[in-house]
Amino acid sequence: MTRTGRITGLIGATALLAGTAFADPVDDTLVINEEIEMTTRAAAPAHLADTLDEVLSGWHFRNDDTRAMQADDFDNPGMIFVENAMTAWETVEGTEGKSCASCHGDAAESMKGVRAVYPKWNETAAEVRTLEMQVNACRTEQMGAEKWKYGGDEMVNMTALLASVSRGMPINVAIDGPAQATWEMGKEMYYTRYGQLELSCANCHEQNYGNMIRADHLSQGQINGFPTYRLKNTKLNGAHNRFKGCIRDTRAETFAEGSPEFIALELYVASRGNGLSVEGPSVRN
Amino acid sequence: MKRSILTVSLICATMSASAAEVAPTDVKFTDGAIAESLTGVAGDPIAGREVLGNRSLGNCVACHQVTDLSDVPFHGEIGPMLDGAGSRWSEAELRGIVANAKMMFPESLMPSFYRTDGYTRPGNAFTGEAADSTFGPLLTAQQVEDVVAYLATLKE
Repeated sequence: MTRTGRITGLIGATALLAGTAFADPVDDTLVINEEIEMTTRAAAPAHLADTLDEVLSGWHFRNDDTRAMQADDFDNPGMIFVENAMTAWETVEGTEGKSCASCHGDAAESMKGVRAVYPKWNETAAEVRTLEMQVNACRTEQMGAEKWKYGGDEMVNMTALLASVSRGMPINVAIDGPAQATWEMGKEMYYTRYGQLELSCANCHEQNYGNMIRADHLSQGQINGFPTYRLKNTKLNGAHNRFKGCIRDTRAETFAEGSPEFIALELYVASRGNGLSVEGPSVRN
Repeated sequence: MKRSILTVSLICATMSASAAEVAPTDVKFTDGAIAESLTGVAGDPIAGREVLGNRSLGNCVACHQVTDLSDVPFHGEIGPMLDGAGSRWSEAELRGIVANAKMMFPESLMPSFYRTDGYTRPGNAFTGEAADSTFGPLLTAQQVEDVVAYLATLKE
């Protein structure tokens, strides 16, 4: 019944749009640099068992050219920013005379797998930390350096570097134990219909992924590809930046990047992609 | 000269609007339908057609397909197709659905186009800032009437 409705809708759309829109996700596989095999579709994690059969990377919802850009680091504009972050990684800053490399050595070795488990409960601070928060904790506590702005260029570049060395590894954020309360808060947000348009994350990305909303092809809203290089603004964008824009577009008073609300939402949305590969920096439109 | 004419017509519009217009908070629904016109002024289907297709007005095609609006690019697939809506629904039902579809379909994804209360973190348009004293319904009462008049022309 649902399927029939969808097929009918598709035929209608095809007739109207002269074949420009094929709403279902593209059946394709992503291998980066002919080397890293990416899991872009996976069985839904247990906590989504009643909701979704399969989780899909946003990569499947983009067009041929955009998907191809991500498959080769020379074509992926996001990798330029990773190179900038590699310089920052080696740069001594702050009162302690240290760089990231002073403690962590080669990021490609020491940081492998880190992106996949964030946001993550930090026992000492007794809080759920995003990767951005952890970077700033390192800067202020270990380096004696100034914090970076949460969604600023230095920060998003550094998180792109950290993601890039985990590419191909499965997202695996913990949602139980001390992180559970934050996760529950994020889940509640995911289903809250914000703003004058009264749209929740779920309205578009759970109930309508694969469908077109005007000229936009709705994905599952997975964040395994963040930070993502968007062709729309030709720069890297962090997950909180996207959340902020999405909630703004419901004609709502949105939340700030790095706010407790977006930390919780990030944990919840990340957990919906448990099993998908870390893809950052991905390429999207 | 031009400006003064505009001002005069604006004042007239405001006066006539306030005389007969039903405020968003005073709308009476019966089984999700609104029997009476919100303005007492007949809807203009040509203006209504513009509201459906225009991104900064109703932008209805963001979610709905309408064959009659095939000159407007990119129709969405979120809501039901509107072809034949004028045969499936009465004018009162169409008015109710446009003003607040959730009165008839509680789970509907459709925004309420003539409602001003009951929102979670309402914003000031698309700025991301909180709503201020300028907060109003998505469409004016007359625009709702225009949309209803246009939808009523979409017969099977």
